[in-house]
Amino acid sequence: MVASSSPDSAGAPSQGAPARPPLPGGRFAANGSIVGQLVKIALLSLFTAFGVWAVLPLYVAGNWWGIGLVVAVVGLVYYVYLSKRTVPAKYLVPGVVFLLAFQIIPVLYTMSTSVTNLSDGHRGDKDRAIAAIEAFSVTRDPDSPEYVLTVATTGDPDTGELVFLLTDSEGNAYAGTDEGLSELGGADVDQAGKVTDAFGYTLLSPAEVNARSDELQEFAVPTRDGAGIRSSGLSSAFEGSAIRVYDEACDCVTDTETGEVYTADNDRGAFYNEDGQRLAQGWQVNVGLDNFARFLLNPTFASSFFGILLWNITFAVAVTGLVFVVGLAVAMTLHVPRMRGKTFYRILVILPYAMSSLAMYLLWRDMFNTDFGLFNRMLGLQVDWLGDVWTARAAVILTNVWLGYPYMFLVATGALQAIPRELGQAAQIDGAGPWQAFRHVTLPLLMVAMTPILIATFAFNFNNFNAVWLITRGGPFSPDNPTAGGTDLLITYTYRLAFSEATAQYGYAAALSVMIFLIVSVISIVSLSRSKALKEVDR
Amino acid sequence: MTATVPDAVRTPYRRSGATRFALWAQRLGWRHVVMWVVAAFAVFPVLFVVSAALNPVGTLSSSQLWPTGASLANAQDLFQNTPFTTWYANSLFFALTNAVVTVLLSALAAYAFSRMRFKGRRVGLIGLLIIQMFPQFLAIVAIYLMFSNIGELYPAIGFDTRWGLLLVYLGGALSINTWLMKGFFDTVPKELDESAQIDGATHAQVFFRIMLPLVTPVLAIVALLVFISTINEFLMASVFLRDTDAKTLGLGLYQLVASQRNANFGMFAVGAIMLSLPTLTVFWFLQRYISDGLTAGAVKG
Repeated sequence: MVASSSPDSAGAPSQGAPARPPLPGGRFAANGSIVGQLVKIALLSLFTAFGVWAVLPLYVAGNWWGIGLVVAVVGLVYYVYLSKRTVPAKYLVPGVVFLLAFQIIPVLYTMSTSVTNLSDGHRGDKDRAIAAIEAFSVTRDPDSPEYVLTVATTGDPDTGELVFLLTDSEGNAYAGTDEGLSELGGADVDQAGKVTDAFGYTLLSPAEVNARSDELQEFAVPTRDGAGIRSSGLSSAFEGSAIRVYDEACDCVTDTETGEVYTADNDRGAFYNEDGQRLAQGWQVNVGLDNFARFLLNPTFASSFFGILLWNITFAVAVTGLVFVVGLAVAMTLHVPRMRGKTFYRILVILPYAMSSLAMYLLWRDMFNTDFGLFNRMLGLQVDWLGDVWTARAAVILTNVWLGYPYMFLVATGALQAIPRELGQAAQIDGAGPWQAFRHVTLPLLMVAMTPILIATFAFNFNNFNAVWLITRGGPFSPDNPTAGGTDLLITYTYRLAFSEATAQYGYAAALSVMIFLIVSVISIVSLSRSKALKEVDR
Repeated sequence: MTATVPDAVRTPYRRSGATRFALWAQRLGWRHVVMWVVAAFAVFPVLFVVSAALNPVGTLSSSQLWPTGASLANAQDLFQNTPFTTWYANSLFFALTNAVVTVLLSALAAYAFSRMRFKGRRVGLIGLLIIQMFPQFLAIVAIYLMFSNIGELYPAIGFDTRWGLLLVYLGGALSINTWLMKGFFDTVPKELDESAQIDGATHAQVFFRIMLPLVTPVLAIVALLVFISTINEFLMASVFLRDTDAKTLGLGLYQLVASQRNANFGMFAVGAIMLSLPTLTVFWFLQRYISDGLTAGAVKG
């Protein structure tokens, strides 16, 4: 310690900041230790390296907005960590960057998607839809150019986007995607014209091509206006002219074989003929609040939606209520001063909480199996537990009670220990029975601590995807409504809409997400305003 | 307690023995009965999964509640016929990395919210609560569409990669965890860090050398909660990881019993136990913090 000139400074820390004595550590002291400085420099250089890594692909793709964004973020980070006035920001920036990029932007994106018709047949813009329609309708002419076809992908062999690697009769190689044809440089081509290796592409083996033959059927490479390349078999392709031709003058597509005219409906993003039939390839348009209106007003969808909502609330209330009752009952049972084997019981009773819930859901599902399940075999029954709506619902609730009550037990034990025993004894001296003492003395005190937990448990179970998906996948389904199952929660219903194999309806799914958000927010805001959580903000 | 009953019966005065037993039954006996029933309910699925894992036949229909044999055939099957070790490594990678980084990020933010007064603090705290009501997985459609584009630009963080999914998970790092930690930070007396600052410590030194050691219990609890929820996360992972080799153990097990639920059940049971092991281990070490930590979280909202 550097000696201080004023004798009383050691014992009087109340002099305030200006009187701070000089600090040890020389000129580094003001900026922290040398180690701290080195760590800071290292982290900043690492971050700069990330920035450079992020900019390169953007530069190649010519995405100047993206580059601007990266530069801005890097600049902000430098400003925050080199300035001395942004101390709170130094602690907030790392988390906030992730929060913005992977939570807030997706939320905003969800909201903007919810007012579009984005779905499997409506992905790109109108030009892309027209190119796809024309390319898909090409037929072979007598003089059609032929290509040797090698099917490849830019991603995973099972799921990545298909790419046609084509070699013409002169041996030139091209790569064709659903956006068009481009020359392929530096590819190895064998004698037969098959591409054997191409940089940046994964070639599919015959078995892999076979597995995706359905997709292959629907794949076409648009070339010039009114022409496209389609496969004929697994190793050859032809360039033909389109039967369906777009005419800008009438904004319509004419089928030259049948003479049918499909007129563009720019509100719905697809071409429709006079009978109201549409071409499969459409484009993305803004549909306003139509997605929301469908769930609320269209009789079929509204009955699914409100039916699911009702069961969703019932499920969350039932699970929350039951885990609370069971957990509290177990905690009360063990809440006596002298009981043997307490620790032993405790360990057994919280065991479900320490098991992996994901695996346990699947285990319970298999215990309910009709043919092989433990329950039917032990009870000698042939009940299709998960095939009937009500037994399936009971099964889902039972499983969640099993997984959820240990948590309530732990919380209730903690809360019970905070309540002085004397209170209950005093009530008994005053003539109250055990039940009365519990009902009027213990329970109200307990609820002070338990209410926020109950709200959180309710909110958690309201969106408990695993709880339903892993046991029933939302089923059982009635034959007249194959999209909404008996145990579906809103979140599992959303997931099926978005990622089902038939059609991916992103717009509807996003609208549903926004509605779930609204429902949960209303419930949470009402309950939060009654709890004291918000008061802590001002502490 | 089984020892107590014969004691009561052996007493010479039968009548008083019966009275004592009745008294005991009234005070403690029924509690033991209740606990045995609850414990049986809690344990039987666990017993079943252990017995299925040891079952030499390895099918669902041959698995009994009580082990009928002991063999490691299922474990051997699982290790040899599936990319089990890759799946397991993936699961542990996600759970551990997410837990560590989330704890760090939310502790940094909680320190700022607890100790500093700045413009936007109130908005930030309330904003965190509101964002929390739009759980990240509700935005799964948007995340899917976003990463379809990101994957084209940066294959290293696209679908089927560890880093991509980890980034998504970290988007939820600042959340209710921050609130939980802030509540705990608030209970550490301000005088401690103020005096350290007067002694010349920088804010970073105060944070790393004084605050963090004092709030270890809440760090442990948040780490545990994040670890458990990541290892059990299914929705995001199922959208993100489609490659067999990129899957987590949970996804792998799901796939294992999706098509052949009877035949593969023994392998599934081994996997289920393996998936629960890390949680059980962490649980065991953190036991003493758990009850307090959860209750603290409860009161802090």
